[in-house]
Amino acid sequence: MNTLLLIIALLAMTTLAYHVGRKRALASVGGNGHLLHSLPSYHGAYVALWCILPAAIIVFFWLSSENAIINSMMVSSLSLEQQDLSTAEINLILSEIRNIASGAIRSTNIDETKLALADRYGELQFLSTAGLIVVTMGIGAMGLLYSRRFIAPRFRARRWVERMVMGLLIACSIIAILTTIGIVLSLLFEASRFFTKVSPIEFLFGLHWSPQTALRADQVGSTGAFGAVPVFAGTLLITIIAMIVAVPIGLLSAIYMAEYATPHFRSVVKPLLEILAGVPTVVYGFFAALTVGPFIRDLGESVGLNVASESALAAGLVMGIMIIPFVSSLSDDVINAVPQSLRDGAFAMGATKSETIRQIIIPAALPGIVGSILLAVSRAIGETMIVVMAAGLSANFTANPFEAVTTVTVQIVTLLVGDQEFDSAKTLAAFALGLILFIVTLILNVIALTVVRKYREKYD
Amino acid sequence: MSLDQPVNDSEIMETEIKVSARGVGVFYGEANALRDVDIDFRQHQVTSLIGPSGCGKSTFLRCLNRMNDTVDGCRVVGSIVLDGQNIYSKDVDPVELRARVGMVFQKPNPFPKSIYDNIGYGPRIHGMATNKTEMDEIVESSLKLAGLWDEVKDRLDEPGTGLSGGQQQRLCIARAIAVAPEVILMDEPCSALDPIATAKIEELIDELRQNYTIVIVTHSMQQAARVSQRTAFFHLGNLVEQGDTEQIFTNPVDDRTQSYITGRIG
Ligand SMILES: Nc1ncnc2c1ncn2[C@@H]1O[C@H](COP(=O)(O)OP(=O)(O)O)[C@@H](O)[C@H]1O
Ligand SMILES: [Mg+2]
Repeated sequence: MNTLLLIIALLAMTTLAYHVGRKRALASVGGNGHLLHSLPSYHGAYVALWCILPAAIIVFFWLSSENAIINSMMVSSLSLEQQDLSTAEINLILSEIRNIASGAIRSTNIDETKLALADRYGELQFLSTAGLIVVTMGIGAMGLLYSRRFIAPRFRARRWVERMVMGLLIACSIIAILTTIGIVLSLLFEASRFFTKVSPIEFLFGLHWSPQTALRADQVGSTGAFGAVPVFAGTLLITIIAMIVAVPIGLLSAIYMAEYATPHFRSVVKPLLEILAGVPTVVYGFFAALTVGPFIRDLGESVGLNVASESALAAGLVMGIMIIPFVSSLSDDVINAVPQSLRDGAFAMGATKSETIRQIIIPAALPGIVGSILLAVSRAIGETMIVVMAAGLSANFTANPFEAVTTVTVQIVTLLVGDQEFDSAKTLAAFALGLILFIVTLILNVIALTVVRKYREKYD
Repeated sequence: MSLDQPVNDSEIMETEIKVSARGVGVFYGEANALRDVDIDFRQHQVTSLIGPSGCGKSTFLRCLNRMNDTVDGCRVVGSIVLDGQNIYSKDVDPVELRARVGMVFQKPNPFPKSIYDNIGYGPRIHGMATNKTEMDEIVESSLKLAGLWDEVKDRLDEPGTGLSGGQQQRLCIARAIAVAPEVILMDEPCSALDPIATAKIEELIDELRQNYTIVIVTHSMQQAARVSQRTAFFHLGNLVEQGDTEQIFTNPVDDRTQSYITGRIG
């Protein structure tokens, strides 16, 4: 709440700074705007940036370190025997104090020392917020006053503003890149910890997957088996089923839309088809689990087949439907990118429409189509919600689509859901699976994108 | 080469009329892009269609092989008679028609296939070759006619798109020849080419005249003068004037033709 007010105040000051810079720039040339090196708005933006950037950086660091600092101050004011407790217990005490301070715990029998501590906590928080407001607004005002002095007719405000904006853009892209690198590194690190417990050979080639390990020494339980082949096989099976559904339907509808449909029909249907891609996967998930799965089971029973109600087929079918728009939309784009001159050339040779499509357009668009299919495959491999809800959990090593199977993503979810020890092989296995998943989809994406790009270049 | 020699009048009159258009008009939706065109094209002759851009030359050319059928909202009126039959009558199949009336486009548009398959494409869809030997013969003779054989005979498997612009355009001409058409339409076939490639194509057009009826759209009056025996001048959707190339360029009847060839409108 306070932070929100602070941000509003800071923005108000920035607006003020903009007008101050503008006014001053115009005043410096007696209102004769064209005597300025840069447009008045650049001078305004220059002052505004000086006002907001340093202040925003302060706010960011203040807010991100506030808790840690207050906590350590609280710890130092705890009694000595309490300070010797384990971190977890100290955290417990601290959160109790916090709850008292915020009024979440309202009990008459809270002991005195805790009440005092809660008071102290409230005090510290108030100080911190007040300090933040004063410091931020001060820095903002200083930035305003400092930069205001530079405003002069020959001052190159435009170059400075553009440089600062560029810096901002670079900072943003660096954040994105660093995040990606961070994710990859943590994945690598955790996976390598897993591979110290389970050999990569066993993980990659073992045929038995049963990650439940005994938590205590005296517990009766499995010792855990981490052969991931059944899990990979499950992913593969479901992906294949999904592609069997998605590729023909997606591709044929793309051909229809690109080559046969009237522009009006196309402008209505294409967005409709793309809505399929916007349906939350959890919705597909319960559609698969509650409608398609039982339907397939009943259908199977009526012809004497034994179908599990959670089957690879149900999950694969629904996933295939979800992926249709990926295939159709991208394929439609690449088919449209085939130059009209090739169609004209084929028609002028006396080719019929279907001959032109089959023999000229599809071969010309093939690399792009393959690219779109690969992207769809990587989407299918990474898809989680549908398979969690509809494919089951048992790691059957089977090619029978009527049986329940499990996939890499489902296993990651089940391994990490609930309270976990973060150093057991069971938990770490999730990272190893994630790493494999990441590598596979990365490779697929890279191939798909290069293929698509190559294809684009050919006609541009 | 006979290009620079004055065209012999009697030679022109001798040949038979191959295509004859009467009252041809074209509408793109409501817009009337071409009005009431009457013109004959004679066998073994090259006819140039000239005129400022947007005057309807391409539109008219595309009527001659019914390529306008493939354009949404395009409507053609009037009659175009090829060897005594109106190509717009119900019982003419545009697909068969296009095998008889070939077309070469402004920008070379080889298919993204091998040189061999580019030539073989037409014969294959029209079932003109029953075996590989026959197909080889068609490919070889078409490439020879288009003057491209010597340049590509060792790399028939390579993609047609890998050739130079001029070679690609000759490949497209060879591709059109391969289905043994009677008429060849060319829409500014040299406008994307350099002068040397252009000269080669012009030479080729003159040779092809022996076997085909050729209609060529060009924006270059020198080219029209070099390759064609007859010329038709279009202006704002009207066929303004037609006649022997000599006469059009030396002694035009209409003021608009006069202005165009002297460079005052264009
Ligand atoms: N596909 C089309 N749709 C609508 N109008 C067209 C189309 N093609 C050509 N036109 C119009 O028809 C007229 C003649 O065009 P075109 O035959 O291409 O001229 P030229 O080849 O002589 O330069 C122009 O006004 C052009 O805008
Ligand atoms: Mg044109």
